[in-house]
Amino acid sequence: MSNYLLRHLQVMLFSLGRLWRQPVASLMTITVIGIALVLPAGLFVLSENMSSLSNRWDSASQITLFLRHDVTPQQAQQLSDELNTWPKIEQLHYQSAEQSLEEFRQLSGLGQLLDSLPSNPLPAIIIVEPIETESDDETINQLVNKLNALPQVEQAKLDMEWLQRFRSINKMIQRGVSILAILLSLSVVLAIGNTIRLAILSRESEIRVMKLVGATDRFIRRPFLYTGFWYGFLGGIFAWVTLVFSMSLLSSPVNELAGHYGSNFSLHWFGGLMFLMLPFSGASLGIFGAWLAVGRHLHLIEPN
Amino acid sequence: MINFTDVYKRYPNNYEALSGLSFQLDDGEMAFLTGHSGAGKSTLLKLIALIERSSQGQVLVGNQNLNSLPKRKIPFYRRQIGIVFQDHNLLHDRTVFDNVALPLVIAGESHREIGRRVRAALDKVGLLSKERNLPIALSGGEQQRVGIARAVVNRPPILLADEPTGNLDPELSREIMHLFEQFNQVGVTVFVATHDIDLIQTLPYRQVILKNGRLA
Repeated sequence: MSNYLLRHLQVMLFSLGRLWRQPVASLMTITVIGIALVLPAGLFVLSENMSSLSNRWDSASQITLFLRHDVTPQQAQQLSDELNTWPKIEQLHYQSAEQSLEEFRQLSGLGQLLDSLPSNPLPAIIIVEPIETESDDETINQLVNKLNALPQVEQAKLDMEWLQRFRSINKMIQRGVSILAILLSLSVVLAIGNTIRLAILSRESEIRVMKLVGATDRFIRRPFLYTGFWYGFLGGIFAWVTLVFSMSLLSSPVNELAGHYGSNFSLHWFGGLMFLMLPFSGASLGIFGAWLAVGRHLHLIEPN
Repeated sequence: MINFTDVYKRYPNNYEALSGLSFQLDDGEMAFLTGHSGAGKSTLLKLIALIERSSQGQVLVGNQNLNSLPKRKIPFYRRQIGIVFQDHNLLHDRTVFDNVALPLVIAGESHREIGRRVRAALDKVGLLSKERNLPIALSGGEQQRVGIARAVVNRPPILLADEPTGNLDPELSREIMHLFEQFNQVGVTVFVATHDIDLIQTLPYRQVILKNGRLA
């Protein structure tokens, strides 16, 4: 048994040595595989970070109260003061119709068009932030209904839509990651399969000789499978290094951006998980690709 | 040791290389296989090495019926036969030592045993000093001796050779034949296909002469 393991170890190192003796060609194949692996891994890390970001925002829902046009600024102020006494409201922010108009003018760039209107079409609004501990969907909806019932309020609207959109986008990205991962895995299998096919063809005469002196198919197959293993494994390592390097480049601008939003959010790297996953999945795909190539081509080579 | 009974070999293009060939080679015998080009010498050796199978008739080698030997057992069968080729069939990216070691590595011998036996085989063919060379650095005669060392390194009971002196001058040819005689003297059954009539006339061994796929 130990002899058997020793022989496997020998073939394993022998295959690595063969890659080492053709450094440029090997490095190119490893790079291709590494890039194919790092793309889905990077997108996975990105979408996981987006998910954790959107979970943080769950509690940060806002309710916008659109006031009726006939509500005067004084009445609006009274309403604000009253709402401030409600226990379920954390804080609120009043914005007059004029302020709304000014904001819209700035954001939309339709200033001239707005100037031609006879009167301001925009309502005054009050932005209400519910207290966080009461922020489950049921309580929030009760609060929205209560606010809707107020006579000064035209409509109370829960600002969750942007979060839902964000989540849909994230869901789309996650689906995209899966599709990309499948396609790129396939390309890794094909790339390694093709490399192994060429290796088999270039060793055709050697394989004939080995079969003539009594080599079993399994013996001939083994170094090619290990070559596939090494391509995938080293490609995985390459992908991991690329990922970590990219993340370290991204992390400081992300922290800066988060700082602008007053958040302490920072990128989660998944470095440990990826250190296991990338070389492992690379090696598995490599062995599979090599196995396909060997299965197709080896039995065609017989002594003549 | 080798026993052909009414053996036919037809190729897919309907060419009949062997037509009802019967002959026998005893255990420990040394014999030459001769005949004009296309007489069936190569086909006969291929049938013994199981590179080809007979279309009809029985081939027995060492009490094994080759007609019924399953494909997966062929590698193990071939380990009992040493084959020497006209063009040596060495691996040019490996040293003389590694070339000779190949059958032992394939058979899964231990590291120590491989070293011991490879050096014994190289010593026998007079190339012990060249074990670290690549085959390309050797002369034609030396390459052929490496091929012979590889064929005998796992001590097969049968040694086949296909035109082993085809590319060598008379002096080297004689040396190679002398090597085969030495293996025969320690009990190996030796069967050598050759064109070199002048050389084998001087040697006291049986000749199996083929003509148009049967014994002449």
